[in-house]
Amino acid sequence: MSPLWIVRRIGFYVLITVVLAFFAVPMLWLASAPFDAKPGLGLRWPDWTLDNVATTFEHPYTLTSLVNSLVLCVIATVVTTVLAALAAYALSRVRIPGRDLLLYLLLLLSSVVTGTAAMVPIFVMMLQLGLINSQFGTALVIAGGMLPAAIFILKDFMDAVPRSYEESARVFGASPRQVLAHVVLPVARPGVATIFVWAFVNAWGNFLLPFLLLRDVGQQPAAVLLRTLYDEGGSANLTVIPVFSLLYSIPVVVLYLFVSKRYGFRFHGGIKS
Amino acid sequence: MAGITVEGLSTVYPNGVRAVDALDLEIADGELFALLGPSGCGKTTLLRTIAGLEGATDGAVAIGSRDVTRVQPGERRIAMVFQDYALFPHMTVSENIAYPLRVRGVAKSVQRETAAKTAGGLSLGELLNRRPGQLSGGQQQRAALARAVAASAEVLLLDEPLSNLDARLRLEARTFLKKLQRELALTTVFVTHDQAEALALADRIAVMDAGRIRQLGTPREVFQRPADTFVANFIGSTPMNLVPRGSEIVGVRPEYLSAAPEGLFTGEVSIVENLGVTSLVTLDCGDDQIGYIVPEDEEPAVGTTVTVDAPPTRVLRYDRETGLLVR
Repeated sequence: MSPLWIVRRIGFYVLITVVLAFFAVPMLWLASAPFDAKPGLGLRWPDWTLDNVATTFEHPYTLTSLVNSLVLCVIATVVTTVLAALAAYALSRVRIPGRDLLLYLLLLLSSVVTGTAAMVPIFVMMLQLGLINSQFGTALVIAGGMLPAAIFILKDFMDAVPRSYEESARVFGASPRQVLAHVVLPVARPGVATIFVWAFVNAWGNFLLPFLLLRDVGQQPAAVLLRTLYDEGGSANLTVIPVFSLLYSIPVVVLYLFVSKRYGFRFHGGIKS
Repeated sequence: MAGITVEGLSTVYPNGVRAVDALDLEIADGELFALLGPSGCGKTTLLRTIAGLEGATDGAVAIGSRDVTRVQPGERRIAMVFQDYALFPHMTVSENIAYPLRVRGVAKSVQRETAAKTAGGLSLGELLNRRPGQLSGGQQQRAALARAVAASAEVLLLDEPLSNLDARLRLEARTFLKKLQRELALTTVFVTHDQAEALALADRIAVMDAGRIRQLGTPREVFQRPADTFVANFIGSTPMNLVPRGSEIVGVRPEYLSAAPEGLFTGEVSIVENLGVTSLVTLDCGDDQIGYIVPEDEEPAVGTTVTVDAPPTRVLRYDRETGLLVR
């Protein structure tokens, strides 16, 4: 063991520690600050208390906003998953000229169109449709933004379902609807589960669209409300924000664990053909 | 029970490939029928057109007395086993076998009963709760057959039923398949590229090439009297000797040739290949190579000159222009 080697090892571990701390500190803050009598922006051993939790629940909009988030996300996620599954299946099976180009263009444009660039037209469109302050309308816009990417990813899963499975079911008399429900969707289930979680997480963290389209504070989801949590002095409300952040992060973790356990991001392999 | 009648059937793919070309065929009720040919000859397309998975461009397909040309696959009363077996990986063996009944809305209890009974008949009784991924190749094949049997169809279609099994298992499965077909007396059509498989299994064989049938007959007819040089070349585990003589091509199988004082061909022994019980000897006769089969321990030494002959009934003559059998 040369001295150079030892210096290198030490340097390596210091680097790892810094990287680790970079990710760990916010997590530790999220775990400690909600239960600290005097929560600050720094990390310290808390004076344990549940007062912050009580204050958070007394805040007029925190619980409503979490419910709003849930409603918004469930609608957007269900719409995205169902439509993406149907579209991906159709696109995977039907031969149309320029199909792949169409998919690429859709994916490319969607990342441009639903982003900041289209803020104004989307707002004007929703205003004229009378869908401002509508949870459903906002959920549809969010779903529309996620659909191209969801279709693109799911199409790969659908492509991987062997055609002979479908033909076999057809020969035994299954209708197209039965083929989809009995064979294609169950076999592509890991893909559908992935898209479901991905869509939910995306919609849960979406700030811009709900911020634009839901002007009424009683309608706003958690991601938007977080921005408005100030005290009278105009500085961040540190009694409410830590607890609220913790509550905000729970559904996504729970969803991931549930889907992973129940539906599994795994694959029941067939045989090689 | 029903036979299959195919009349003037053509199947043309969107890219213009004529996979099946104005084909006529009659398959009798209860027959075990082989569609044999090299890859790309249209045999699988013909099977899929009978199943309704490919649309007929022209002509008609009838099952029994019913014209099914424009009928959906599910309404044709057929069952099909695919080359990859197409067992549904997320269902148990029992659910797989009962699937044809589930589609028809049969009660769950009846589904389970039928699955258990059918599986028992194909010695799958112990495996009902396994998933296809947990079965061996042979068991998967039997599960796929059980599902086809459970459909209680009039016609059974098999696409390369043995090609996914290893060589030893294939022989076992071949015997099993023939026994099962005899017991069910079900009209069965199977596709294969393996001439030995077709000869061993089938009651009749259609040898196909370029979307047409080159010869239709019993395994014995096809083996002993190939209708043209294509069939002669394709059938037989050692290729037939085809030697041009004037305006004709003389064809004789290596198995029918033996050493004689005088005869058809004389040449110098160039190679001896051991085939187990027999050996294949290759003679150099000028421009031609003649193969013939000798019993074990009777192999001639390399370099010796040998004359071979065959019984006159086993020597075939083909027209050099058309390749068709003259006599």
